[in-house]
Amino acid sequence: MIFLKTKEEIELMRQSNMLVAQTLGELAKIIKPGVTTLELDKVAETFIRDNEGVPGFLDYNGFPNSLCTSVNEQVVHGIPNDKPLEDGDIVSIDCGVLLNGFYGDSAYTFEVGNVKPEIKELLRVTKESLYKGIEMAQESKRIGDIGHAVQSYCEAHGYSVVREMVGHGVGKSLHEAPEVPNYGRRGNGPKLREGMVIAIEPMINLGKRNIYMESDNWTISTVDKSPSAHFEHTVAITKNGADILSSFKFAEEVLTLQS
Amino acid sequence: MAKQASIEQDGVIIEALSNAMFRVELENGHVITAHISGKMRMHYIRILPGDKVKVEMSPYDLTKGRISYRYK
Repeated sequence: MIFLKTKEEIELMRQSNMLVAQTLGELAKIIKPGVTTLELDKVAETFIRDNEGVPGFLDYNGFPNSLCTSVNEQVVHGIPNDKPLEDGDIVSIDCGVLLNGFYGDSAYTFEVGNVKPEIKELLRVTKESLYKGIEMAQESKRIGDIGHAVQSYCEAHGYSVVREMVGHGVGKSLHEAPEVPNYGRRGNGPKLREGMVIAIEPMINLGKRNIYMESDNWTISTVDKSPSAHFEHTVAITKNGADILSSFKFAEEVLTLQS
Repeated sequence: MAKQASIEQDGVIIEALSNAMFRVELENGHVITAHISGKMRMHYIRILPGDKVKVEMSPYDLTKGRISYRYK
């Protein structure tokens, strides 16, 4: 069942997603070689609680932390640990917040120190494919149009699209119907209607698309150990097209100041 | 947080249970309980033991499924 949200509920979800955006901004300030993902997790949890939110991932189906931190060949659902980040790494941070009864969900892949040019390009293309998918998030289109846009853009650059992990509806629960794959055929899938709120999250690998689950039963990694990028926005479908509830502006402001 | 996509597999109906539930043997050998989808119910599509069907399953519970298509 796809739950449609009223205008007031979408405003509440905008607040939850703004808190996620600010949390990503706080993390952007401290990501550098030598920092551990566990430290990032603590900063995020403290920041979310200080702003009257609840970490959305903590204890979700038993997930032990507030952030998913996925380094290099880890695609998603990496569990924060005390291994320091190294110069040249990329780390995908996925953050969720429960505020006013509604969930916010957004993710950004950060560069640690000096990253190789081909990996920088992977990040740029993945982020761009997210916006290509969001362009398709309008009332007249279907879920398959979003996946097709992401897939064709990324595969044109020679990257591969992960099939087993998908985006999802968001609302009072973190994961709702419909599933939003990052691949698809145009004109396929459920129709997009006003009031739907979906999380579009391209997960793109530099090498082949095959992935596996690690023995911790959470972390998803690429089989050929190639790096993987992940960007996520929560988007509401309105009469005037897509309304992006989450934001990268806080994180990107910090990143432009640093460079 | 990303969600795991639901899995589509083919199987054969072994047994009809009550309330439009069926016991299905999947191609990989697993035996699961599956219910008929609402769309098939709406169009009065009958399923009998021995039919080959397509089953949709959640990766979070691999013992239950939804029968979404009956092959000819």
